Amino acid sequence: MAIVELKNVAKQYGSSNSNAVDNFNLTTRDGEFVVLVGPSGCGKSTTMRMIAGLERNTGGEILIGGEDVSQVPPKERDIAMVFQSYALYPHMTVAENMAFSLKLKKRPAEEIKAKVDEAAKTLGIEPLLARKPRELSGGQRQRVALGRAIVRSPQVFLMDEPLSNLDAKLRVDMRAEIVKLHKRLKVTTFYVTHDQVEAMTMGERIVVMKDGEIQQIDTPINLYEHPANRFVAGFIGNPSMNFLRATHSDGAVSGEGFRLTLDAGLREASESHGGDIWVGVRPEHLSVAQGEAENRIDGRVEVVETLGAVTVVQVNVGDATLTAQLSGHRQIEIGEPLSLTCESDKLHLFDVETDQVIARRAAGEAAALADSHA
Amino acid sequence: MRTQSGNALLGILAWLVALAIFFPILWLLLTAFKTEQEAFSVDPTFWFMPTLESFKTALAQGSGYWHYAWNSALTAVASTIIGLALAVPAAYAMAFYPNKRTDFLLVWMVSTKFIPAVGVLIPIFLVYKTVGLLDHALGLTLLFTAMNLPIIVWMVYSYFRDIPKDIVEAADIDGASVLQTLFKVVLPLALPGLASTGLLALILAWNESFWSITMTDHRAATLAVYIASFKSAEGLFWAKMSAASVLAIAPIIVLGWFTQRQMVRGLTFGAVK
Repeated sequence: MAIVELKNVAKQYGSSNSNAVDNFNLTTRDGEFVVLVGPSGCGKSTTMRMIAGLERNTGGEILIGGEDVSQVPPKERDIAMVFQSYALYPHMTVAENMAFSLKLKKRPAEEIKAKVDEAAKTLGIEPLLARKPRELSGGQRQRVALGRAIVRSPQVFLMDEPLSNLDAKLRVDMRAEIVKLHKRLKVTTFYVTHDQVEAMTMGERIVVMKDGEIQQIDTPINLYEHPANRFVAGFIGNPSMNFLRATHSDGAVSGEGFRLTLDAGLREASESHGGDIWVGVRPEHLSVAQGEAENRIDGRVEVVETLGAVTVVQVNVGDATLTAQLSGHRQIEIGEPLSLTCESDKLHLFDVETDQVIARRAAGEAAALADSHA
Repeated sequence: MRTQSGNALLGILAWLVALAIFFPILWLLLTAFKTEQEAFSVDPTFWFMPTLESFKTALAQGSGYWHYAWNSALTAVASTIIGLALAVPAAYAMAFYPNKRTDFLLVWMVSTKFIPAVGVLIPIFLVYKTVGLLDHALGLTLLFTAMNLPIIVWMVYSYFRDIPKDIVEAADIDGASVLQTLFKVVLPLALPGLASTGLLALILAWNESFWSITMTDHRAATLAVYIASFKSAEGLFWAKMSAASVLAIAPIIVLGWFTQRQMVRGLTFGAVK
């Protein structure tokens, strides 16, 4: 177990002008589960490979347990890594795969056997110890890869999209198992994924990355409720958040086909913001408007997806297409007009130029501000 | 139906091509068991009373078959071992730690094979004469090594490239040094490829005749020189020459026969999707 610190870490490839990773700052807690998430090419795997030592950081410092390891080769960093491809040694049995690192360290045979047996028991792969990787299923190989990592009792676990080669059901099962394993071992873990559901369900803290830069570091619920910018807002949550271009006046935002009243917190925060803004609203926060609702979005139904528990509807509102996730099974016809509504406190506002959030002020703060204005 | 008849036609064509390729060897084999008169006859025949006379002559004490065979084996095996020993580290570096010049380097190495051997004969001959490597097994071994090295590097490189880099990185993280990664992970995985590469290098060195004939006289001479020695001033002795040729190619054909499975086998990877 160790605290991992990344200070202004950067990676530049060759003579390229832009950095694959830029100005990455993060300090983990001891035993924390940190998820790096973002679209392909955002630099999350590069960051993990720099922590592993498989890539050298071209700027900044990486500290594991307080020691700067930027120039230390992977084998001396006391880390274990689970690869997307599992990277098991095909010519060795499961037991040999798991024992390999301990053998290299010249640990006594009894100790190696005891550790391999213990890890195999933890992961439920005892009957597979004598098999070669090619005789295993994807899920079993994944367990062996995890086993190979845990026998070493490293300071840090690195997992690079370890579940992406598994089928959907197995992925859900393994997700839970990795979380359980982490709770038991309490080893600081970095987990790379492009799947925001994995990130939300597994991470104690999530680092959202884009174009080599950190967009936001926060707990899953904070990322969902308080996204720092339009990218995070759109990336976290499924279906993605809807964005409507709107003008702001008289404590409300409006555009073609909609008018939404802002609550006190947002009204105050956006007061100084004249002109256009982006209004963000999550599909699950939209509902069908009953009668003359205060917040109203009028559009025409374009697509209806019935999923049983929910009905996902795409509605054309002016130039934009809005996705609404409505509870239960709904009788909605394509082409019919539909009015949607949502609570004012579920709205998010973003600057049209910087895409940064126009932060909601806390109710107390907003009230105080209103008083002072008065 | 059309596909079936097409397949049959292709099958017949394949057999015809195979027969055309094999025919000279068959004829060589037949001639080796004929008398000189039968071998020289203008009316060639498939039906004759086989005789071992030519083999007796070819293997007779004075012919020096075993001396030449030993030189062939020594230079082929030694050049293959040296070639692999040089090629493995080179291919390892190029496969797992490539840089922007790696592709150029590979092409450049193979391009040295485009130079006709006779083009570099004089400089090599003069160097060898000066350093005393003419008619020397070591000299021939070094020549065979240099001759085969580009092919060996290229082949080993391609087998190494088939090994996923993740596996090498996993070994790195597991605490293996470069040598431990090479010997405990990469080489065991590339073994079938290394075996076929070694076999090919062995065959190429064994069959080599240009350098053997020009750079040796008797002491380091190989079976290529032995076969050529049957072309004497008194004329050609087809039967004896055929018997000598059969004896020269037999070891490598037997080796090829027993190792053909090894030559085509590849490790089925199960660890990486």
